[in-house]
Amino acid sequence: MWRFITMRLLQAIPVILVVITATFFLVRMAPGGPFDSEKPVTREVKAALEAQYKLDLPLYQQYFSYLGDLAHGDLGPSFKYSGRSVNELIAAGFPVTAELGLYALLVALGIGCLAGIFAALRPNTPQDYIPMSAAMIGICMPSFLLGPLLVLVFGIYLDWLPVSGWGDIPGDKILPSITLGAAYAAYIARLGRAGMLEVLNQDYIRTARAKGLPEWQVVLKHSLRGGMIPVVAFLGPAFAGLLAGSFVVETIFQIPGLGRFYVQAAFNRDYTMILGTTVFLSVLIVLFNLLSDILAAWMNPRLRAQYGK
Amino acid sequence: MVTGVPENHIIRALFEGLAVKNPYTLEPEPGVAESWDISEDGRTVTFHINPEARWSNGDPMSAHDYVWSWKRLLSPAMGAEYNYMLFPVKNAKAFATGEITDFAEVGVKALDDLTLQVTLTERTPYFIQLMDHYSTFAVHRPTLEKFGQATDRFTPWTRVENMVSNGAFRLKEWALNRRIEVEKSDTYWDRDKVRLNGVVYFPTENVVSEERMFRVGQLHYTQSVPLGKIPLYREMKNSPYVQAPYLGTYYFLLNTTRPPLDDVRVRKALSMSVDRDKLNKTVLKGANVSAYSITPPDTLGYYPPQLFSYDVERARQLLAEAGYPDGEGWPGLELTYNTSEDHRKIAVALQQMWKDALNIEVTLTNQEWKVYLDSVTQMNFQIARRGWIGDYVDPNNFLDLFLTGGGNNNTGFSDPRYDDMILHQAPRAATREERFEIFYRAETLLMEQMPIIPIYTYTSKHLIHPSVNGLPSNLMDSLNLKYVWLDKDWQPEEASD
Repeated sequence: MWRFITMRLLQAIPVILVVITATFFLVRMAPGGPFDSEKPVTREVKAALEAQYKLDLPLYQQYFSYLGDLAHGDLGPSFKYSGRSVNELIAAGFPVTAELGLYALLVALGIGCLAGIFAALRPNTPQDYIPMSAAMIGICMPSFLLGPLLVLVFGIYLDWLPVSGWGDIPGDKILPSITLGAAYAAYIARLGRAGMLEVLNQDYIRTARAKGLPEWQVVLKHSLRGGMIPVVAFLGPAFAGLLAGSFVVETIFQIPGLGRFYVQAAFNRDYTMILGTTVFLSVLIVLFNLLSDILAAWMNPRLRAQYGK
Repeated sequence: MVTGVPENHIIRALFEGLAVKNPYTLEPEPGVAESWDISEDGRTVTFHINPEARWSNGDPMSAHDYVWSWKRLLSPAMGAEYNYMLFPVKNAKAFATGEITDFAEVGVKALDDLTLQVTLTERTPYFIQLMDHYSTFAVHRPTLEKFGQATDRFTPWTRVENMVSNGAFRLKEWALNRRIEVEKSDTYWDRDKVRLNGVVYFPTENVVSEERMFRVGQLHYTQSVPLGKIPLYREMKNSPYVQAPYLGTYYFLLNTTRPPLDDVRVRKALSMSVDRDKLNKTVLKGANVSAYSITPPDTLGYYPPQLFSYDVERARQLLAEAGYPDGEGWPGLELTYNTSEDHRKIAVALQQMWKDALNIEVTLTNQEWKVYLDSVTQMNFQIARRGWIGDYVDPNNFLDLFLTGGGNNNTGFSDPRYDDMILHQAPRAATREERFEIFYRAETLLMEQMPIIPIYTYTSKHLIHPSVNGLPSNLMDSLNLKYVWLDKDWQPEEASD
């Protein structure tokens, strides 16, 4: 098992290096720079600014100097938030995004698993079609549509829930969590249904039923662990996706998380901030993928045996 | 080192300039300086600093603070975007561009602790106004030096625990992307006049959520109002909607170096066939004022010339003379704007108006902000959207945009007569009337060449809670929190929809 983890971590290094390199050069290729504004500055001022942020060095030198700083965990100063470092900005935004992602994941798991199991129990009946159609709509509905719709219904029309902010007014975390979680709930429902169906057709389930076990025991005790393997395998990428994909929801609901920094950084051409958030998120994605693989291995005896050797 | 309008509001709560604008009249009134004298020739300004003026840590303010802060602003290594605000000062530009290195040659001297003498290159009637621009504010030298060199950008001096300021308020909390809170300063010289205990600023890039927050009572004052909501608020009784003329112009740049826009007749035809009043009434919900030139009307009493009006017949005739009768042989034209729903609406309306009036095709291209800025700077466009908001109330602030080679010109317009009028004749004018006369002639010269299509003069639009007082509208949309107070006895009236 340890060998497996070490191997995976070693494999991650070139992946992240490629991500850094691609991002570094891509953002530099984008037209416009961090110091362009509606009121253009003189050539002297621009030169001075570039010198302050070492942008006057040749690109390859900047690249290696960035890698050097990164090796020490230093993501550099932000171009937009003067006097703030990227590390600091990520530290400010990430806890909020992580909390949002966690709630969204809980929403997704809660709704998704229930709907998936429910559908798998009576395949090809209305009990299957209705939740699965709903899931299809959920997958297709982008959060920039779902968010404002929920706001319109629950925030303005019914006036039940606050429409923006995070932790400022009680209940303001509910709508963003649902908005972010909905699409993932739909995926989980479909994965859960497929996994459960496969397991429910296995011989040992037939044996369990033949023993005369009540249906709820068959489902909860015997099929759930096997049936949920696809869902668990999906959890890592899902959580990483929730973190990286929360920017739409954060913008709709005015949530001061990492996603908003990320998007703003791209618009501002805040080079260090774009790179910093990208590196941070790619490390997270790699870690969560690894975590869900470990979890899946633990749940699936066949895989466990394979890695255990 | 601040450049944006929203940042401006916060800076002006925390800091104060030598002179400030009265929010009702926009006339300068004492700030850190209790008075100032201007010499006969208008080229020497002497500020007398209020002996009561204090930094928020209790240190007295002195003329030396200004000499040091202005040196910092002008230092080439600082790379301050707004350093040109001080360019009217003798040798300031030479110092900022590295032509001279001895700051003693720059026209700013502390005669003693409380007397600051400024020497200007030319008479500059708007110089006192510039003292209320945040770029000319003083910063607290010991604090900055504690955290780095004067010209370092990357220092933590602006943190809540470090910042020393001199305004009516001081920084209390700064939660990134969440809220900024300031509280009344007990060292401010005019503290008895300040009635607010504090102000909380919420950052948002979304005007729709801002309006929602106002509606549910989270805000007293909004920076803006979504266009679509304006008619609704207008109809309300006791409406919180406040609209006022604003010192800014929305226009389109024409690239006069590329055909077909190198022909002044084509430029005029395009401009004349835009029905600005109709555009304003429909697309813009009547929230702005049609513009026919670059300087907003009534800029300190100055009215720009109007050389043309909406005239389809004349426009068609001009286009025919240019070789495109009824749009025949039209090579096509591309209009570039930065991605935004409101800009898109205007661009679409213009496209349709030109199609209807002149039978010509114009294609629309939207670009993300920085890409658009890059295209404009490189003059890599044919028609591009533009807006200019005045930094101070004076026609000069709009007319010097179109000097030859100016950083904001971006049209290829160049006329030595124009440059001479703006750079040399106007500053030497003895009276305001004479000066405005020169501006008027210069602006006429500019609009005869039509390097831009003016569309409208901006208005400031806010939602203001009825309990807020002392917050008058003015041309600069300038907010002086010293005057603002909340009516504690205010009660909501019976809801009446």
